[in-house]
Amino acid sequence: MKPGTTSAACVALLRRDLALTWRRRGDALNPLLFAVIVVALFPFALGPEAQVLERIAAGTIFVAVLLAALLSLDSLFRSDLDDGSLEQLVLSPHPLSLLLACKIAIHWLTTALPLIAIAPLLAMLLHLPDSVLPVLLAALALATPLLSLIGAICVALTVALRRSGMLLTLLVLPLIVPVLIFGAGACNAAQAGLPYAAPLLWLGAWLVLALVLAPLATAAALKISLT
Amino acid sequence: MNPLVLWFHKLGSPPYFYRFAGRFLPWLYAIALVSGAIGLYGGLVVAPADYQQGDSFRMIYVHVPCAWMSLFVYAFMAANAFVALVWRIKLSETLAMASAPVGAAFTFITLVTGSLWGKPMWGTWWTWDARLTSELVLLFLYLGVIGLYHAIEDVRQAARAAAFLALIGVVNLPIVHYSVVWWNTLHQGQTVSLMGQSKISQSMLWPLLTMAFATHVYFFASLLARARAALLALESGKDWVRAIALAQPTREASAHG
Repeated sequence: MKPGTTSAACVALLRRDLALTWRRRGDALNPLLFAVIVVALFPFALGPEAQVLERIAAGTIFVAVLLAALLSLDSLFRSDLDDGSLEQLVLSPHPLSLLLACKIAIHWLTTALPLIAIAPLLAMLLHLPDSVLPVLLAALALATPLLSLIGAICVALTVALRRSGMLLTLLVLPLIVPVLIFGAGACNAAQAGLPYAAPLLWLGAWLVLALVLAPLATAAALKISLT
Repeated sequence: MNPLVLWFHKLGSPPYFYRFAGRFLPWLYAIALVSGAIGLYGGLVVAPADYQQGDSFRMIYVHVPCAWMSLFVYAFMAANAFVALVWRIKLSETLAMASAPVGAAFTFITLVTGSLWGKPMWGTWWTWDARLTSELVLLFLYLGVIGLYHAIEDVRQAARAAAFLALIGVVNLPIVHYSVVWWNTLHQGQTVSLMGQSKISQSMLWPLLTMAFATHVYFFASLLARARAALLALESGKDWVRAIALAQPTREASAHG
């Protein structure tokens, strides 16, 4: 059988992943619920004073979104490994890194984009000033794909393990410390009336770097864990 | 072939490495013990007390060598991880994985002694200073490598996956370090510069360098001992391990008999 073109394979993969997510759309809501619960817990612990919440709002939302995205990372390759289609991807004649980049893109679209969409709601819950909201959204839009890309490498390393939850967290967290520092840093700078462009530009630079390197690294990691 | 290159190639063979390491191990331990004793005596007894910090500055003789080692071991582990992934040398996998627990231990000691030193000097056990935070992230990286290595059942696959993670950590470490430095300068810290205020005097320097030498030698001794044990487990089906295992009880029997 003659293999199709690489772009046809990518499109087929994108359509398949979207269809699979749509058929289990209930699962896609779990990270959202998790983020809302985490954010809602903070006022209970710290008291309802608006000044306190306003000060911690950006950082709390950032941590909640990153944790929710981290939770959903495990599902990136899980079902594909279980039904054997992941091995077919590795065996296919098309560049594995490109196919994995498609998978990561769909995963980001279906798990992280909804999180960004409810970020204004979370911001309202914690009394984040309206002027900071655009910066928060921009920082999240740059930080969540970075998390998906860096996380994908770690997921690829742990995919063959039966119980990888805690280990995955241990692998990912040290790697995304800079993302958190710069993302939340931009919001805090905007809130304090300071210039906030530099940290956002840094995030953008790393995103470009990760877009190129992370799919390659994910492919290499996947080949190690599936041998 | 150049004799040095030939020796290097031979060293990649597990039985040759096992015998080579076994010959050097007692010497390395002895050198580490003696130089460590000299360094500690020099640091804790001979060196004068600091005019500002008094005797608590003597923590430097444990803290600073361990901090140097925490970075050196990571570099050593990453270099071996690179060799293991690119040239598929089994011995490098073993060496990289054997150095991870030693490096984690050095990092942990650095954090503990730093915190013990911080209490009398800065008045706090922990502060979110750039160096402390990077060191903490380094500890998590070590723990991730060790955790991944032990989570995968197949030893060689585990070593390759953990080696890959160690390499990603190398890419990430400078980014973490500089982002943390940058983050800390945004929020004004309250820390004192450790070495900046005064150039360290000769009488205080030599025990420090001796301790640094001792920790390096100890690391290699510990590494060789761990790698020997790991090689025996990895190659347990091979003839040379069988020969060692068979030689063991007869030697003991002759010693008792």
